[in-house]
Amino acid sequence: MIEVQNLTKRYGDLTAVSDISFQAESGQILGFLGPNGSGKTTTMRIITGFMPATAGTVKVAGFDIFDESFEARKRIGYLPESPPLYNDMTVTAYLRFVAHIKGMARADIPEALDRALERCGLTDVASRVTGYLSKGYRQRVGLAQAIIHNPSVLILDEPTVGLDPQQIIGIRSLIKELAGEHTVILSTHILPEVAQVCEKVVIINAGKVVVEDMIANLAQGQTLEDVFLKAIAREDPGAAETAGTVEEAAE
Amino acid sequence: MRNVFTIIRKELRAYFVSPIAYVVLTGFLLLGGWFFFNLLSRFNVLLSIYTQLQQEAADQLNLNEFVIAPLMHNLSIVLVILVPMITMRAYAEEKKGGTYELLLTSPLRTGEIVLGKFLASFLFICIMLGMTGVYPAVLIAFGNPEIGVLLSGYLGLLLLATSFVAVGLLTSSFTENQIIAAVSGLVATLLLYIIGWPADTAGEVLGPLLRYLSVTEHFAEMVNGLIDTQDLVYFASLILLSLFLTQRSVESLRWR
Repeated sequence: MIEVQNLTKRYGDLTAVSDISFQAESGQILGFLGPNGSGKTTTMRIITGFMPATAGTVKVAGFDIFDESFEARKRIGYLPESPPLYNDMTVTAYLRFVAHIKGMARADIPEALDRALERCGLTDVASRVTGYLSKGYRQRVGLAQAIIHNPSVLILDEPTVGLDPQQIIGIRSLIKELAGEHTVILSTHILPEVAQVCEKVVIINAGKVVVEDMIANLAQGQTLEDVFLKAIAREDPGAAETAGTVEEAAE
Repeated sequence: MRNVFTIIRKELRAYFVSPIAYVVLTGFLLLGGWFFFNLLSRFNVLLSIYTQLQQEAADQLNLNEFVIAPLMHNLSIVLVILVPMITMRAYAEEKKGGTYELLLTSPLRTGEIVLGKFLASFLFICIMLGMTGVYPAVLIAFGNPEIGVLLSGYLGLLLLATSFVAVGLLTSSFTENQIIAAVSGLVATLLLYIIGWPADTAGEVLGPLLRYLSVTEHFAEMVNGLIDTQDLVYFASLILLSLFLTQRSVESLRWR
């Protein structure tokens, strides 16, 4: 469903993403992990067609994001790091606008709107102006915006940041519910979230894929934290050394 | 086309839901009213002086030349300053607020975004200029200005404002900072306004070129009631060039 092949992105001399490849099958939830600055957001921005890659290809639902960008973009729902809201619009007006620009047929919009509002628990605030909503609600409007046109692919960049525990549980179960009909790429820093929600994990560090595996295979005998820390340490000799010194000191 | 209308609706809503539209419209009408009042009272004084001297001199005075033409020139200067403030948010605010990502990852063509934003600002300018119609309406009700010259002047004012809109949108597409968008837009429109000043002393080649590039030259012709194809071509080229560059500027994000 999502095929990333040999993707490289350079900003001048800085290589943000270097030759990464991974795949997400249809209906799968893929957890996308990595330390800050490892290239997660850059990769997601390339997959959604917001920025071009220096080299490599991305295929979304069979369409190349560079050559058949228009078709590919129709099939993507994207929640960026900060929800892309117009602060002077009401929730309903905003979601209706998004439904329009995602190319939905006019007749389908009212139903899709009600469904998105209900799924994201926004029915009570539907007529409020987004600029005055709390962070949790803004995040949920962002999510509603991503799913309103029922895209086959969902790209979510840290969707649970800033939510209270109850909301986090709500959003997680929503994401689980969405899988099956949607393919989801979920970027996050919260490892238990990945263990609970995702079927597959991709960990990147310093712009390279260091782990790509099913959760079921990884979980044998070690927690995701162990896998994550080991994967990152291996790629970063400095960090490994520090870890070694700490161990020695402990002895 | 449907997408263009969606963008236009969203942009117009942004103008009128926030205080921007009301502040700009009020300010523009306040200044316009002040100019109109001044010009009209000066016209009155001149008329009474001339009538006392001799009747033929008074016949030389007409509303078009002494009230409408200077009013339009004054309004054009106000537009130099106000239009960049109307357009500054168009792209800069979207970039800053993260909604640019929403627009560019949606199945929208760059041209649709650019055209939608342009037409929305154009409609806003039409509303703005339409409201100044009160002044000539007063003149028509109580005097006898030449309607043809009046309409030609309004066409000039509209073309001038539309060119400024196109230029302002272009500068807004370069940056995510609204102040930078406004200042660079103001510099660009002001430069277009005054670029013809050294034309008289600039020599045989440069002189006519500077004069041709100046918005004022073409605008003044139309205020005098002269609609020349050359002037229409000038405004059309300025608008289309700015729109084309804006489209390139937005599209450039997608270049490898």
